[in-house]
Amino acid sequence: MSNDTLPAAAPVQPAKHVKERSASLWSDAWYDLRRNPVFLIGSGMVLLFVIIAAFPGLFDTVGVESRTCNLANARKGITSEHWFGTDNLGCDVYSRVMHGARVSIIVGFVSALVTGVVGGALGLLAGYYGRWVDIILSRVAEIFFAIPSILGALLILAVIGRNNAGIATVVLALSILAWPMILRIMRAAVITAKHQDYVMAARALGAGPGRIMLRHILPNAVAPVIVVSTINLGAFIAAEAALSFLGVGIQSPQISWGLMIADSRTRFLEAPLPLLFPALFLSLTILSVVMLGDAVRDALDPKLR
Amino acid sequence: MNNPSVDTAPPAADAATEPLLAVDNLHVEFVTRQGLVRAVNGVSYTVNPGESLAVLGESGSGKSVTAQAIMGILDMPPARIPKGEIRFRGTDLLKLSDQARSQIRGQRIAMIFQDALSSLNPVLTVGWQISEMFRVHRGMNKRDAMKKAVELMDRVRIPAARQRVNDYPHQFSGGMRQRIMIAMSIALDPEVLIADEPTTALDVTVQAQIMELLAELQRESNMGLILITHDLGVVADVADKIAVMYAGRIVEHAPVHDVYKSPAHPYSKGLLDSIPRVDMKGQELYAIKGLPPNLLDMPSGCAFHPRCPYRRDNCVTDVPPLYEISGTRGSACHYYREVLDDTVG
Amino acid sequence: MGRYIIRRLLQAIPVLLGTTFLIFAIVYALPGDPVQALAGDRRVDPVFAAALREQFHLNDPLIVRYGYYVRDIFSGDFGQTFRGLPVSTIFEGKFQVTFKLAATALIIEAIVGVLFGFWAALRRGGWEDKAILAFSLLLVSVPTLVSGFVLQLAIGVKLKQLTGTQILPVAGVQDGLRSYLLPGFVLATVSIAYLTRLTRTSLMETLRADFIRTAVAKGLPRRRVLGRHALRNSLIPLVTYLGADLGTLMGGAVITEAIFNLPGIGQQLFQSVYLRENSVVVGIVTVLVLIYIVANLVVDLLYAVLDPRIRYE
Repeated sequence: MSNDTLPAAAPVQPAKHVKERSASLWSDAWYDLRRNPVFLIGSGMVLLFVIIAAFPGLFDTVGVESRTCNLANARKGITSEHWFGTDNLGCDVYSRVMHGARVSIIVGFVSALVTGVVGGALGLLAGYYGRWVDIILSRVAEIFFAIPSILGALLILAVIGRNNAGIATVVLALSILAWPMILRIMRAAVITAKHQDYVMAARALGAGPGRIMLRHILPNAVAPVIVVSTINLGAFIAAEAALSFLGVGIQSPQISWGLMIADSRTRFLEAPLPLLFPALFLSLTILSVVMLGDAVRDALDPKLR
Repeated sequence: MNNPSVDTAPPAADAATEPLLAVDNLHVEFVTRQGLVRAVNGVSYTVNPGESLAVLGESGSGKSVTAQAIMGILDMPPARIPKGEIRFRGTDLLKLSDQARSQIRGQRIAMIFQDALSSLNPVLTVGWQISEMFRVHRGMNKRDAMKKAVELMDRVRIPAARQRVNDYPHQFSGGMRQRIMIAMSIALDPEVLIADEPTTALDVTVQAQIMELLAELQRESNMGLILITHDLGVVADVADKIAVMYAGRIVEHAPVHDVYKSPAHPYSKGLLDSIPRVDMKGQELYAIKGLPPNLLDMPSGCAFHPRCPYRRDNCVTDVPPLYEISGTRGSACHYYREVLDDTVG
Repeated sequence: MGRYIIRRLLQAIPVLLGTTFLIFAIVYALPGDPVQALAGDRRVDPVFAAALREQFHLNDPLIVRYGYYVRDIFSGDFGQTFRGLPVSTIFEGKFQVTFKLAATALIIEAIVGVLFGFWAALRRGGWEDKAILAFSLLLVSVPTLVSGFVLQLAIGVKLKQLTGTQILPVAGVQDGLRSYLLPGFVLATVSIAYLTRLTRTSLMETLRADFIRTAVAKGLPRRRVLGRHALRNSLIPLVTYLGADLGTLMGGAVITEAIFNLPGIGQQLFQSVYLRENSVVVGIVTVLVLIYIVANLVVDLLYAVLDPRIRYE
């Protein structure tokens, strides 16, 4: 197919060792990332939001306890005391926005991690063993895949009920329906890696399946999973806000940006600030992880550029 | 880079003496992230009506890039042509407008490619793709164009052409697909046909049939044929003359039988020695040692010197010019006489 | 072609069964009392609960109950509300609204996404390409929840104050199809970004293909090379995406209809969640999932029409 239309011709050295191959992929990626302004800005913003999520108390001004709210002060605009104004109950929007970061960050990262690990592990098994393992896992994944995740999560959370809802149930509801996508990606990457010469060589030298999977296949198949998981992170954060907005996610008195938006929507057109600020932070958080994901994808998968 | 190109082309374009197609001191470079790649470095060759030129070389030698420059299908950028001429019936194609160029491309100079499956559009029927030539360039209506497509498929001997005209490329075998490519390329009776490794992707038996078909079509229509290949075995029966390319330049050009009898360049000799032959059965097959040159970091002097058994000190420093051996032969080797002597007898 | 259709239809059966079973399992097999789950937060009278148990076959083994459930679905019975109304009566008139919304979104998405994607691919590496990529990054980052409220405020209040006229309706469906333009756009935003990027990648890949080189070598004008040879090939993956995206759109429709007060199935779902009418929630989700599966089936068949390599497999 390829002839000398492209100025290739730089002789390719045969890969000496699997570790070297994956090491160069990662070090090349890291080299690209450090020079990519999208990555630097994105990761800087993510870091900031993670710090806010971990230590919201460092950032708030008046606290978020109910005693800090004053109904007489409801829907006041921006003042020196209330940087983002106050909401329908007279609570400080700025402090609540700072405390709301925690839910978004935890749900986003934990869901991405859970789906990445579960989907990745099952994808590794399905791709490596093939045959009936693959058939069963792939069919099951197909069934889960057929349910749009926000609808499925809505159903699960509605059945679980308001009294039991919280961060853990939201993570569970989102992860249950999102792992099949990772399985598919991992499976495809493993099947490609499985037929590479170095894996054949390792098998011929008598390496066991566990060792082949973890030492030889995984390092070369994990890149697309990382890329998609990073992109999913943003989707999970948006989904949490949506579910909380719909009333099945995070419940009061816990604070979530989606819940803040829901609480402010009745008087939104006359007093938009209590809705706009959590909306802004929600969008900025998603933007930062999306930028991160974009940069990681460019670095790990130059083909897609 | 100093360029010792021998200027053999006539100074003025004279339609009477001018060959059908003349590539003259062509240079093609690619601007890449790693640096400037000089893919073609002063290549000159000519083709006349009814004549077949085989351009021989490994991948990266610049043989396909030269062909794409003739067709005008190089992506520019990254490619650029800093120097040289491509004269078609005396007119320098490189000086023509895009408009004028596309009047020649496909109609008067046509090209077929190595992998017919990927070179044909998978979602269009073969009949549609062949008839498109008539519809676009001749303004024919769909019905007449389809009729012509069937005629062409008959001409390249595709069995049951009328039934198969509405089939898709993937429904044909590799050899049949290449016949379809050929039908498409000869649709408008081009004066020059460039075949870029037309048989490389095919079985050996099918290879011979395709070469035969090309030779026959050429005889019938008196086309000039440029056959690009890396396989010396393919060309003997079809080609009139050979140009051997290495690292972007022509290292030997000669009538085909001269090369087979006595190559005048160590690289052509290496290529010939590495063809398996029945009378050499049991003996170890010769292989040119070393790797093709890295175009980003070309060897000094003669680009072939790191792999050359005839190497002397001046090969590392002096770029050999294309020495004229006779009126029809040339070799870019300082020691071509030794190479010639080695093979006689 | 026929064999492909039959095989694809047969493949859909286990998915349909599996998915309905999954929904069934979520409702009835999660820990807790299913009657209580269906009732939401209300206190349930013991006599009534017993009647419900009987009605929902809760005393039968799980697999038998699943049988009843599937039979009900395929006979168009999506259960009853807590007050005894059939869920299917609640659907009346609401699907048209949601369908119009989703169709508007899909059309906007396809037009804007494909145009931007093509433009970016043809200007690869140029400033237009970079601007479109950066813009798509922004679009992905603003969820429906945010873009809906912001546009409602911007167009419904701020722009009205500035110009004195309402350019587009921002709530309800009183204005006919115009009512769907803004909600449709809001619903489409995130998908526009993905589709733009997918189109760009797809066209760039197609333009690198050997058959495009052939088309150029045939001496075809650039317009024809793009329009006849590149376009159709690069549209194929987009069709798949648009089909799969219907699921995203239906999920997003819940939010969009809530924001713009559109009386569609999504708003009904939102209200039912709010009122804890879980039996309605289950019914609606089941219907939406079935629509999604059927839509993907249709897309797969459409795929075969577009790509002869699949058709003649």
